[in-house]
Amino acid sequence: MSKHPKSKNKNTVIAPVKGLGVRIRALRAFYGDNEAVKGVDLDFPANQVTAIIGPSGCGKSTLVRCINRMHEETPGARAAGQILLDNLDIYGREVDPVAVRRTIGMVFQKPNPFPTMTILDNVTAGPRLTGAGRDGLRERAAQSLRDAGLWNEVKDRLNTPASGLSGGQQQRLCIARTIAQEPEVLLMDEPCSALDPGSTQRIEELILKLKTRFTVILVTHNLQQAVRVAGRTAFMLDGSLIEVGPTNHIFNTSSDQRTEQYVTGKFG
Amino acid sequence: MSVNVLRTTTARRRRTDQLARWALLAGLILALVPLVLVLLFVIIRGAGALDLHFFTTDPTGAFFGNQGGIKSAILGTVEIVALATAITVPVGIGLAIYTCEVGRQSKLAMAVRYFIDVLTGVPSIVFGLFIYTVLVVSGVFGGFAAWKGSIALALLMLPVVARASEISLMLVPDSLREAALALGVPRWRMIMQVVLPTAFTGLLTGILLAVTRAAGETAPLLFTVLGAQGTTFGLGDQMNSLPLQIFNDVRQPNPELVTRAWGAALTLITIIFIINITARLATRRNRIQ
Amino acid sequence: MLSRVTSIIRKARPDTAPAKQADAVFRLSLQILALLIVALIAYFFIQLAIASGPAFAHTGILDFLFKNDWDVAHNIFGAWPLVAGTLITSAIALVIGVPIAVTAALYITELAPPRLREPLAITLDLLAAVPSVVYGLWGVFILIPMLKPAEQWLSQTFAFLPFVGGPVSGPNYFIAGLILAIMIIPIVSAISREVIATVPIQEKEGALALGATRWEMIRLAVLPHSRAGITSASMLGLGRAIGETIAVALVIGSAPTIGDHIFDQGYTLAAVIANEFGEAGPGSLHLSALIAAGLVLFVLTLLVNGIARWVVLRAANRNHATPALQVEP
Repeated sequence: MSKHPKSKNKNTVIAPVKGLGVRIRALRAFYGDNEAVKGVDLDFPANQVTAIIGPSGCGKSTLVRCINRMHEETPGARAAGQILLDNLDIYGREVDPVAVRRTIGMVFQKPNPFPTMTILDNVTAGPRLTGAGRDGLRERAAQSLRDAGLWNEVKDRLNTPASGLSGGQQQRLCIARTIAQEPEVLLMDEPCSALDPGSTQRIEELILKLKTRFTVILVTHNLQQAVRVAGRTAFMLDGSLIEVGPTNHIFNTSSDQRTEQYVTGKFG
Repeated sequence: MSVNVLRTTTARRRRTDQLARWALLAGLILALVPLVLVLLFVIIRGAGALDLHFFTTDPTGAFFGNQGGIKSAILGTVEIVALATAITVPVGIGLAIYTCEVGRQSKLAMAVRYFIDVLTGVPSIVFGLFIYTVLVVSGVFGGFAAWKGSIALALLMLPVVARASEISLMLVPDSLREAALALGVPRWRMIMQVVLPTAFTGLLTGILLAVTRAAGETAPLLFTVLGAQGTTFGLGDQMNSLPLQIFNDVRQPNPELVTRAWGAALTLITIIFIINITARLATRRNRIQ
Repeated sequence: MLSRVTSIIRKARPDTAPAKQADAVFRLSLQILALLIVALIAYFFIQLAIASGPAFAHTGILDFLFKNDWDVAHNIFGAWPLVAGTLITSAIALVIGVPIAVTAALYITELAPPRLREPLAITLDLLAAVPSVVYGLWGVFILIPMLKPAEQWLSQTFAFLPFVGGPVSGPNYFIAGLILAIMIIPIVSAISREVIATVPIQEKEGALALGATRWEMIRLAVLPHSRAGITSASMLGLGRAIGETIAVALVIGSAPTIGDHIFDQGYTLAAVIANEFGEAGPGSLHLSALIAAGLVLFVLTLLVNGIARWVVLRAANRNHATPALQVEP
């Protein structure tokens, strides 16, 4: 898609921007009395893809939901500890969770475009519904769709319902919708688990491009996916962080027995 | 013989099964017979009354001669029910948003759910009595008035709209709420611009079903709008309505009035059935999608 | 670097501060609305109680309920004939209506061809959309003359049964009960259908796999599972029957005495309010008595609906232990 001749082509290559890193300090997260994340310290460097792996129920989804303060939307859920975006604690007293979510975008496991809106309206939903200016909304939408690699497929039907797209297209639409909000960090919670292999491949290629502009945090249960796209990998088990390091190290030369057993498929 | 491999169901068990099937079918037929009989007679007796004159003249109230048509009754029903709907819709949907999106498991939300449940069971005539004692006897802006009838009907419609709305809001997938919140959309905009549009068909069905229920009610109007002969557009005046017209005509041993009652009944049932079936088909199509 | 983050906050501040306020205003106005509605319904009850005060003070609550003497001309308000009439007609409605409603629900959900289920359900639901005054009209001019011979035959043939033999009056308890039965069938049937639809498919298939016939499957898997729901549906139907006004007012005969048998004239609480309201002047004891009748009606329906809810809750508690706190991923 980067070699498309007619369009203003410099746009199809995502312009590199130095992103902001995220640091987690002593994070604990609860559902009622159940402690799902039990004191985790973890750094996500800027402009890198960090994968979080671990068996289901290990707390990896809860952990990322804490990073944009979505966790507290679940009834009975709460979190304690620090999450620093650059040097700002997003759990600080003066911080508005709504502002945090605009700065830290999230893509969910199942594609969730707004069914009552057109493709175009979905992409512009963020700026429109948060009361940001409407200037240049269309250009911004087009740019986001190009960045998400969806422009060529939908440019002729921007005003048709989003529900008419395939699952993979819907997920890329959700990515476009998230980056149209111009976040600093992109959280992806198993974004390919509901998709076919072809769509998965396109999204993985997209993630590799997106890291030039965003800090990407990717939860995945697909170990091959972590190897393909992530520079760093964190392994979680039972609410705790077992190990974090370069993906290569985690998958090939880990000295921790639990990590070794998990990545070789002995459990999970 | 391969048939003998299967242990046969005994003849007695098979007979019981057949008998039970017929009994259940008989139940269904018995349930449908009254509908057929009501519709049949309303059409047979009512169709003869319908002509242009019937729809374009008001009841005369004369003791002899021409009794007139039902124009004021049709317009009155439309006016009273429209005002009742205008009151109920924002309140009912607002309550549903409160119990479903804002209050959830709070004490107040539980109390609202409980009271809405209580309202559902209240006989419609009791709403009429209540409005009568509170607004008519005490003479708030005069005595009997159409708007007071609308309020009585609104009380009757409120639980229908509130419960149907709550159910449709609960059917909106949480993933859409999460999508909006994760974009940094404030909660109230998420509700107004994502949740409500998604639940639109369900909300509309609830409203239409409430409208059909209100349009057929007589009892709450007896004590509140009282009735009238002529057409009026003043919601502060007494007003006629189709159910009131029928109720009054039935009780007069005058064949002409009875015929008018059948004609009015046919008109009322036609309006109600059209709205009702539209509402149900709308939900049905939505569910299939 | 630090300036970048502060700029994010600044970028966010101008529009999130009002957004936060808007959220608070939104929440607060909904809370006020909820409070107002709860207060309104409480006021509703209190207002009826106050307005019926004079009648209760004049007659005494127990006498009002159980004294068999409703004599408006002499300001005597013993509402037992009305209470009894309400109970008699509602009982007739249940006896006739519930079996029909439940069998119809079973047929639609378990036996009807799948393509016909939805149309049949919608058609049956239409019974509930017919206005009460139309049922009254139909009752007066069609049902009463049509059933008169049958009622006479019943009354003569089964005269040995209690409350059956005697001269048949045109409008009577039985006709009113029959019309009420027709009016509660769609409600009872619709709720029963919903309840039956929640029977786990595994239990039904389990019964069929054991070699049960369709009816045995219904008896073994469907009915035990939905008994509480059907009971509750019947109670809700009863609540409807108790409060139904206009149709009954037209076919009950409006005699404020207790009839000798089910083919005799009578009265009900709701019907008396509708018919006598025009004669009761504001501030009169008669009006207060009618409002008291409305309050009794209200409390009766409240009790009946409360029982319906209790039955369902009890069954739910017995069948399934309270589910543990749901943990979302």
